[in-house]
Amino acid sequence: MKHIEFRLTGSGGQGVLMLGVILAEAAINKGYNAIQSQSYGPEARGGASRCEVIISGQDIDFPEVQQPDVLLALTQLAADKYARDLKADAIVIIDDSIELSHDPGTKNIYRLPILVTARDVVRKELTANIVSLAAINQILGLFDQAELLEAILHRVPKGTEILNQRAVDAGIELVQNHAG
Amino acid sequence: MANKIALMQGNEACVQGALYAGYRFYAGYPITPSTEIAELSALELPKVGGKFIQMEDEIGGIAAAIGASIAGTKAMTATSGPGFSLKQENIGYAVMAQIPLVIVNVMRGGPSTGLPTQSAQADIMQAKWGSHGDYPMIALSPISVRETFDLTVRAFNLAEKYRTPVMLMTDEVIGHLRERVEIPVEGELEVFDRITAEAGKLRRRPYEKEPGEIVPAMSVFGDGNRTHTTGLFYNETGFPSNSTENAKIMLDRIFSKIYDHVDDIVQVEEYELADCEVAFVAFGSTSRVVKAAIKQLRADGIKAGLLRAITIWPSPEKQIRALAEQVDHIIVAEQNEGQYVREVQRIVEGRAKVYHIGRGNGEILTPPELIDLVKEVKHATK
Repeated sequence: MKHIEFRLTGSGGQGVLMLGVILAEAAINKGYNAIQSQSYGPEARGGASRCEVIISGQDIDFPEVQQPDVLLALTQLAADKYARDLKADAIVIIDDSIELSHDPGTKNIYRLPILVTARDVVRKELTANIVSLAAINQILGLFDQAELLEAILHRVPKGTEILNQRAVDAGIELVQNHAG
Repeated sequence: MANKIALMQGNEACVQGALYAGYRFYAGYPITPSTEIAELSALELPKVGGKFIQMEDEIGGIAAAIGASIAGTKAMTATSGPGFSLKQENIGYAVMAQIPLVIVNVMRGGPSTGLPTQSAQADIMQAKWGSHGDYPMIALSPISVRETFDLTVRAFNLAEKYRTPVMLMTDEVIGHLRERVEIPVEGELEVFDRITAEAGKLRRRPYEKEPGEIVPAMSVFGDGNRTHTTGLFYNETGFPSNSTENAKIMLDRIFSKIYDHVDDIVQVEEYELADCEVAFVAFGSTSRVVKAAIKQLRADGIKAGLLRAITIWPSPEKQIRALAEQVDHIIVAEQNEGQYVREVQRIVEGRAKVYHIGRGNGEILTPPELIDLVKEVKHATK
């Protein structure tokens, strides 16, 4: 397992923190090392919120993301603020409502209709984080679907299993359709 | 039995460690970035027959915890920033009255209200010198979430063994970090319970040590022992004494019970020290940054190492002195404007050159800065 640094961003309430926790937990379940941290304070309330995850096969000494390998942005504000200082071959996943105001320095950009899919396909805006997670996993191929779902169901409320399965399916489909 | 693996937050590990140690009482006043310790304690303590009280303020928090400990319960309080300042008077009281207690400080930027959501290691001197008068202090500093668990257990053990308050000096980075933890199984870590006086036995001199005791057996309030607790200097009866001769004896007891057992209390980690030419001294989250820097430096052929103070007070004098004999350059890396470096300088006494790198603005140090400094220091000697 190589060292992968994730920066997951959006606005407070979109569930990027939960996304990060589930991602880190899935990694640990698979026997990898992982850490998760997040920005606290005024900036996380209404403004751009940020969650960081590092997955590695080795000890993770430095506890913060220095240069993300993967950046997720669900809002314009988050993209403007956090789609910077990326690795040269970083993977950038942004909602298709976002216009990048600057060149993030990588060609691996996925503009996906994440928010619309959560609202209209899964029919629950709150699932944008799970749609994103499934899309990230579909791009990186970190976990098989059962492993991913197990990590998700460990954290989401009981009774939402079918909803979350639908969100996972929708996220996978977004990436499959993107290829064209 | 196999260890359970979990993704756990530092503050959560503190509570789980406390429960492992047999903790049954929390009193405090929630403050960022320590709040999760209060939250989780409120959730977990009632399940094991313990008590959680949110007090009217920080002072009430530590006062209630001291009271619970006198009543025979393992007690903890947690705080950050200004709350640590507010607790100082009662910390001195617990030292004087010899009350076992764990005080957690999840350090954030200061002074005053400062930076509630940013990390710092700037209460290091306050931990040792914050209350008035002369006294020793035990303070521990974890590098990881798992070590937060272990050191919380150890903080209770040392508090119970030496009848004294013990501080867990963690920081926002470790307190809020979630990482992979192998949860210790029952029996894996030592748990020490205080020696208590026999219930109902009339002890005329409850502060008199029996042969072989490090501290006198502690009365459990309400158990029928006649006992008296005070912040004044007291003699072996427990009642106040103005005698300077007695004060000398009692002060010597408070100091010697700690300093005569430094080898039991002080723990360090020696990381890549054997052949090192430039050594770091660090503690807590900053030592993670140092380790990352050392790995890169070693890959470049530069022999750097780290002496990590797990116990920050009493300071690891013997180990720092030995390090000063081994290397010419010691860099103290800490997230403040220069605190522990003074203690290291005091111990080194000029036998090695001591440098400081750190800042108190909430930004953690990064490996490139440390690498640059090591190269600069090495270059200067050529």
